Amino acid sequence: MGDVIAECQPPQSPYRAAAEQFVADLREQPGTPGYWLQPDCLDLPTLWVQPGTLLPILIALKRELPRPFRMLYDLSAIDERLRTRRGREQSRQPESDFTLVYHLLSLERDLFIRIKVPLTETDLRIPSITGIWPSANWYEREVWDLFGIDFSGHPNQRRIMMPETWQGHPLRKDHHARATEKDPFSLDEKKERREQQALLFKPEEWGMSRSGETSDFMFLNLGPNHPSVHGVFRVALQLDGERIVDAVPDIGYHHRGAEKMAERQSWHSYIPYTDRVDYLGGVMNNLPYVLALEQLAGITVPPRAQVIRVMLCELFRLSSHLVFYGTFAQDVGQMSPVFYMFEDRERLFGIVEAITGARMHPSWFRIGGVAMDLPRGWEQKVREFIDYLPARLREYEGMVLKNGTVKRRTRGIGVYNTEEAIEWGVTGPGLRATGLDWDLRKRRPYSGYEQFEFDIPTAVHGDSYDRCLVRAEEMHQSLRIIRQCLDNMPGGPVKAEHPLTTPPDRPRTMHDIETLIQHFLNASWGPVMPAGEVCVPVEATKGLNSYQLVSDGDTSAYRARIRTPSFPHLQMIPLISRGLMVADLIAIIASIDFVMADVDR
Amino acid sequence: MSSSIFIQLVNIFGILTTIVLLAALLTWVERRLLGFWQDRPGPNRVGPFGLLQVVADMIKLFFKEDFIPRFADRPVFVLAPTLVMATMLLGFAVVPFAPGIGIVDLNVGLLFVLAMSSLAVYSVVLGAYASNNKYALLGGLRAAAQTVSYEVFMGISLMGVVMLAGSFNLRDIVAAQADGWFVLPQLLGFVIFFIAGIAESHRLPFDLPEAEHELTAGFHTEYSSMKFGMFFVGEYLSVILISALVTTLFLGGWLGPWLPPLVWFSLKTALLVCVFVLLRAALPRPRYDQLMQFGWKVLLPLSLANLLATGGILLWLQ
Repeated sequence: MGDVIAECQPPQSPYRAAAEQFVADLREQPGTPGYWLQPDCLDLPTLWVQPGTLLPILIALKRELPRPFRMLYDLSAIDERLRTRRGREQSRQPESDFTLVYHLLSLERDLFIRIKVPLTETDLRIPSITGIWPSANWYEREVWDLFGIDFSGHPNQRRIMMPETWQGHPLRKDHHARATEKDPFSLDEKKERREQQALLFKPEEWGMSRSGETSDFMFLNLGPNHPSVHGVFRVALQLDGERIVDAVPDIGYHHRGAEKMAERQSWHSYIPYTDRVDYLGGVMNNLPYVLALEQLAGITVPPRAQVIRVMLCELFRLSSHLVFYGTFAQDVGQMSPVFYMFEDRERLFGIVEAITGARMHPSWFRIGGVAMDLPRGWEQKVREFIDYLPARLREYEGMVLKNGTVKRRTRGIGVYNTEEAIEWGVTGPGLRATGLDWDLRKRRPYSGYEQFEFDIPTAVHGDSYDRCLVRAEEMHQSLRIIRQCLDNMPGGPVKAEHPLTTPPDRPRTMHDIETLIQHFLNASWGPVMPAGEVCVPVEATKGLNSYQLVSDGDTSAYRARIRTPSFPHLQMIPLISRGLMVADLIAIIASIDFVMADVDR
Repeated sequence: MSSSIFIQLVNIFGILTTIVLLAALLTWVERRLLGFWQDRPGPNRVGPFGLLQVVADMIKLFFKEDFIPRFADRPVFVLAPTLVMATMLLGFAVVPFAPGIGIVDLNVGLLFVLAMSSLAVYSVVLGAYASNNKYALLGGLRAAAQTVSYEVFMGISLMGVVMLAGSFNLRDIVAAQADGWFVLPQLLGFVIFFIAGIAESHRLPFDLPEAEHELTAGFHTEYSSMKFGMFFVGEYLSVILISALVTTLFLGGWLGPWLPPLVWFSLKTALLVCVFVLLRAALPRPRYDQLMQFGWKVLLPLSLANLLATGGILLWLQ
């Protein structure tokens, strides 16, 4: 069955031209080391290189190529040892036990590419690229932690997601996925002490000294439980009085193994897990996942479903930005705005609930469409809300953005420029706050965004205030998009007629036996996706979010890599908070707008 | 003789109980008012209008584990919260609530209140120090710096009033306002004193010692149960004390037509308390160094100028 479905050819990608242009440019680039171009990747050129030539080719791509790839978008790995479908004959991928995947982004080309490096199980070593991209630091630590691949030359290679005391590397195929696969958990006193010892922050391990020229430093553990870290996030601060000398963010407290879970869940039943990655983004998380699967399966989503998706995504962008706005004000000590904004959010959830039946985590998008059609009377509810919100937003602007104390607290605090943002993998409002009008919805439209009129708000200084400013303006743009959805909602089905649409359209299930059987199979086994690799990034609430899915022609993902925007954003904290005060750090943290589940997955 | 002692005792215990009860009630008032301004109900479940919430909170606080961390400096840790309550209550001793109501009539009443309100900072600093906690330490440092800075012009801002009244005695100051409240001639002094008063009572926007978004709970991070409750009540006591002082010094104290003097005094004080709450609902928190700059570079010169101008005008009028 898998073979038959695998013959469905994905539709022509609109971004293929950019990909071909890149391949041509690369051929013309003198002195480029040898590579092998993986043929089955449509608009995501994938180069295989040997470990030895990794650094030269990355340097060439980053610094020498015209319109270079200046952003390290993602870095991860695949345990290939159990994979069976890696192409045949000409398109056979190089032998590899563990494949490293470097994801690069060129903002000039609006193009993502992948560099893959095969490694054998006996020699899991690769040179670190932290010298080329400082932002690779955390990514490499993550790969070391979850796959056990050694990065030689890494400044501080240690676990990042799992506790320091963890045995094994969880994303390897031979690591257990469930607690029931091993001895029952127990925590005796000795073990407890060991775990607690492992959590102790030792400044020396981070190259910090305990005393300066004139005074001893204080090391303050901000978090993992702290009112302003928005979840379980720890920053170890090196303080001179109240001034921050250095900071070490510590993440992983919210790690739930979402990527590992994808390897057990069926393609369909994994959708609810995606909701919980950026738990403020709701269905926005479903989108990159289902878009990727639809590209893999070659499903064309009907226009009505596309517009419904866009509308719900923008509603959730509003919801997420409202939370950001309120907590931002709250973190600089303003108590009231968050209450007003949560009330608006509550109204918004009323709409979401009327449409999807759930509030924060609707899990409402499906492979091939959305779960059901819009309910009767949705227009009125949405119209009321988009008529109501602009006045409130103007009020908030006066309350927060025009408030003198807020300005004094956040202007010139946590500054980075466009160069640094790209270097550190910053995307979304944080990137646009530096003045670059790069929005994926405009640059590489997906799900029909090209049909909508909206502006990309930018700011100039790239400080905490500007990041808030950009988000505040984005809310107006979201309202514009929602109004266009409202006025131009197309008719027709909300699910594609395709054998892999899961679950299939209900009326059809009731009328022909094939669809009923398909419904039964898709519901019991789950849909069988054709073998292949896909990745469709979307402009999520906090930045670029994507699911890099590897299918081995099975009912579940062979490997699902979730690239989340908050991860690189947090990594930047030390860079932009050095020399400031503790209160400034709180303003910076608030302005980044992260969700720990989005960082740790 | 015995009747005057009796009256004195009624005065003392009456005022003491009323003030403490009011401070406790203020927790409810504040939460209801904040709720009103923030489009939410606030505590409205226990008793009529949620009034018994205060009782419920007291019961909760009394029955919480009275935890003293192992690393704390025990005697100081225990004593610190009592200090704030004691000094604040002592401060009320000289407040002239109405003719015949008031505990003691000191001729340096104003200085006494100022002294008591500055002593209260020891409570915060000692509590923070004894907690042996880094957040508490930062909170304590902030409290010390803030109080030292704001104390200076808190006193200076009042000297205009003293000059106008020609006395440090609070009753004389009220009496001197029979022809007109001092808030008009001393508008600047009024504003500065009110700001300094907010800073003294560590209320938002000057709640840096406990700034929960930065220092979790600042100086009282390690405090629980009734010890925490005492810090809490102490804060509300200081809110009432500052409001009562502003009423006395600038708003004519008990003076006012038609209504009984005590009612006037209470009304004015209650209004000011509401302003305290409103400020908390409305304003963000400045940064520590900004607060210091504002104090030393803006308020201090202003209060000095006010003092000079008042003195100059008074001399000229003579």
